Amino acid sequence: MEYQHEGWRGFVGGTWVKEINLRSFIRHNYTPYNGNEDFLEGPTDNTKALWAQVLELTRQEREAGGVLDMDTKIISTITSHGPGYLDKEKEKIVGFQTDKPFKRAMMPYGGIRMAEKACADNGYTIDPQVKDFFTVHRKTHNAGVFDAYTPEMRACRSSHIITGLPDAYGRGRIIGDYRRVALYGVDRLIEDKQEQKVETRSAMYADVIRDREELSEQIRALNDLKKMAASYGFDISKPAKNTQEAVQWLYFGYLAAVKEQNGAAMSLGRTSTFLDIYAERDLAEGTFTEKELQEIVDHFIMKLRLIKFARTPEYNALFSGDPQWVTESIGGVGICGRHFVTKMSYRYLHTLKNLGPAPEPNLTVLWSVHLPENFKRFCAKTSIETSSVQYENDDLMRFTHGDDYAIACCVSSMRVGKEMQFFGARANLAKCLLYAINGGVDEISGKQVGPKYRPITGEYLDYDEVMDRYDAMMQWLAGVYVNTLNIIHYMHDKYCYEKIQMALHDKKVTRWFATGIAGLSVVADSLSAIKYAKVKVIRDESGLAVDYQVEGDFPKYGNDDDRVDQIAYDIVHMFMEHVRKNHTYRDSIPTTSILTITSNVVYGKNTGSTPDGRKRGEAFAPGANPMHRRDTHGAVSSLASVAKLPFIDAQDGISNTFSIIPGALGKDDQMFMGDIDVDIEMDIADDGCGAGGCVSPTLFEGLDTDEQ
Amino acid sequence: MDGFIHSTESFGTVDGPGLRFVVFFQGCPMRCQYCHNPDTWKPNTGNVRSAASLIAEMERNRAFYSKGGITATGGEPLLQIDFLLELFTLAKKDKIHTCLDTSGITYRPGDSGYAQKLDKLMEVTDLVMLDIKHIDPEAHKLLTGHDNAPVLEFARYLSRKGIPMWVRHVVVPGITDKEEPLRRLGQFMGTLSNVKALDVLPYHVMGVNKYRELGLTYPLEGVSAATKEQAAAARQVILAAYRETRREWMKIQ
Repeated sequence: MEYQHEGWRGFVGGTWVKEINLRSFIRHNYTPYNGNEDFLEGPTDNTKALWAQVLELTRQEREAGGVLDMDTKIISTITSHGPGYLDKEKEKIVGFQTDKPFKRAMMPYGGIRMAEKACADNGYTIDPQVKDFFTVHRKTHNAGVFDAYTPEMRACRSSHIITGLPDAYGRGRIIGDYRRVALYGVDRLIEDKQEQKVETRSAMYADVIRDREELSEQIRALNDLKKMAASYGFDISKPAKNTQEAVQWLYFGYLAAVKEQNGAAMSLGRTSTFLDIYAERDLAEGTFTEKELQEIVDHFIMKLRLIKFARTPEYNALFSGDPQWVTESIGGVGICGRHFVTKMSYRYLHTLKNLGPAPEPNLTVLWSVHLPENFKRFCAKTSIETSSVQYENDDLMRFTHGDDYAIACCVSSMRVGKEMQFFGARANLAKCLLYAINGGVDEISGKQVGPKYRPITGEYLDYDEVMDRYDAMMQWLAGVYVNTLNIIHYMHDKYCYEKIQMALHDKKVTRWFATGIAGLSVVADSLSAIKYAKVKVIRDESGLAVDYQVEGDFPKYGNDDDRVDQIAYDIVHMFMEHVRKNHTYRDSIPTTSILTITSNVVYGKNTGSTPDGRKRGEAFAPGANPMHRRDTHGAVSSLASVAKLPFIDAQDGISNTFSIIPGALGKDDQMFMGDIDVDIEMDIADDGCGAGGCVSPTLFEGLDTDEQ
Repeated sequence: MDGFIHSTESFGTVDGPGLRFVVFFQGCPMRCQYCHNPDTWKPNTGNVRSAASLIAEMERNRAFYSKGGITATGGEPLLQIDFLLELFTLAKKDKIHTCLDTSGITYRPGDSGYAQKLDKLMEVTDLVMLDIKHIDPEAHKLLTGHDNAPVLEFARYLSRKGIPMWVRHVVVPGITDKEEPLRRLGQFMGTLSNVKALDVLPYHVMGVNKYRELGLTYPLEGVSAATKEQAAAARQVILAAYRETRREWMKIQ
């Protein structure tokens, strides 16, 4: 073997030695863990001291109105800032986006106006030279997009039938395989990229030129990554030699990405089982104790909690807060049937206890019925105590994405280092239905936004007529939408390319073209009302349908009722069929998602009354959720409706936000109700007939027969 | 045959072991002051459903109920005993765990036709959750409008038949939380051989709005909800008396 490193001592070889292949490395070397959480350690004094410092800074940040400090002069790059620390002596894992914690970086490549506004809205003024430079001399992604937009696209954008488009901010949703930095060291990754550059075709078509230019950018980014690590005193050109180095190398990879990109979701990947291989080796070699390993993990997670971006209030309103979506995928099961739960899976989740609950990083358990029982219980317990764990269906996703995928943002699954996504926000299908009824005229502005198809003029809505018009309007919408996204991603690649993240990908990357749907349950219920009840149209003096009166009852999505659930299914399929008819940028594979976890409020605000009885401005349900209070048969039926949606059409994810009061999940902290059905017997056994055995068996004779 | 059903709940977590498909029967003779489902009182109204359609509704998502089953509650399911018998018979045919949540108030051992049906029902009933509202006959009458003799008789009947039983008791501050009756309840339970669990629930005020919607006055206006601690304390009193009596009882036997 050509590559033999100290960092690889004791590892079992495989394909991963010859090529960059993390899956091969993990499968040959990890140790599944079936035990319980008893081995876990609490926070060290250093951890507590650092976390206290973070809490104090968080308080100051809150008092300062949400932002403590911003860079207004230095354009953030991988190497733009010197090292920053909380307390150098105490930190086991180091690195901040700028030269100090809580200071937000300036990233103007997505759009100078957004960068400027993010500063201004928080009371800072961007350096005029920077503004001038990015206005006059260096074009941004945002400027590029608006150069190419058609009037129709602009109209759709301002009427909110297409919203949340990443045309003024970083698209995100790309996960670099940060594990590569730790396993191979940067030099090997650079060599690999250089080989790829040699292997490009020689006839210089536009795509070949682009590939060569991008590979050069990637190599430059990898060199910058080394420089940045060196500024913290680390040489990461060679493979990491122990857990602390592996975490640090990996984190540097991620840090480089968040220094370069302010993306709508900057997810981490699937790192815990990978890192556990180092931890197991260190435990065996006596390099670190469990306490020290947990400390390293705690400090790593602490760093991830401090990833911050400069954003505007509007952005935060759209995403309900200031999210980074540092999603980390934990657990899951392999293709061969072996689960991926390791001690490191426990250590990651345990940070919620050591540092307290937090929404970031977004710890996501890839749930499978085949996960070990101990781990399931530990997850449930952690959820009960912290409400901070996200769950996703591994049994479903493994089918299409294999066993080394991770979640970007909240539900978008992609094979780490092999697939990436063009994030595409959402089309408002509820508004589209109103356009179908009003012949393309916006129900709020009264402007002709869509094509001037014949409006529906009858007093009552006819299902077949509405469906016919809706199909046509949806086809139009899918066309404008996909082409808008084509422009956006072309320009993003051109002016705001994710150099380091793509450097941590294979040469041949599968690209998902992610569209999205908002308002699914509104549409399903509206069509159900039209079909099963009577819907009267209320028009204003100009003849525009502005409200609806529902006469009679109708089946509502969220009750496991096929009559309406089938409509929801059909809508998703219909929309995707229209999307697929369009050309998608860079040979990407079109898909869609139904996952407006937070922005459903904003979408609803901009949509008129709908035929399901929802009034103008009222919020949509989030994601694929049934409309609020319309699911009346309990959780299982509600979930059953959602589960019928076609995942094959919505491979970018289907989300269902479910809130429940703890009491409705069972009594006290009993996770499994079956536990209490013999509690009287147990109580009695404890009372006088304990571990020492019963002195007078006859006294308890009858009780034994009670036990089942 | 058809039954009058108030509603179904697909995610029952507190009405028997495991996750349960809960069928709320329409109609109840009891008028418990703390009832939080007054909308289930009126008989012969609500949704007309066949037993088969209810089982089919549950079977759609059978995987969820692997450790649970079906629970009949209400309302008072035993008011529609023929329908209940058909429902549970169908359930058992599909190997579904059956649980009956009842007040026991309709128990009429003297009525031979009824007794026969009840015997048959018990053949397809895996668990009974018996709600004993108050051990004192007078207090019971005040609280529910009925004497508690049929309830206690029904408990003894279940004990004789060996049907596993969970006893439920709601703690209402000032009404059902006094130590002496709680002890007597425990003593009564100690004479039974089929008690598998004791579920003491704190009274809550979540039913108030329903009374307003139905145009009824809320009988417990001004009575505050019970705390978890109050319920736990009451449970300890009942259990202590239960254990004591149970030991004595078994010595005798």
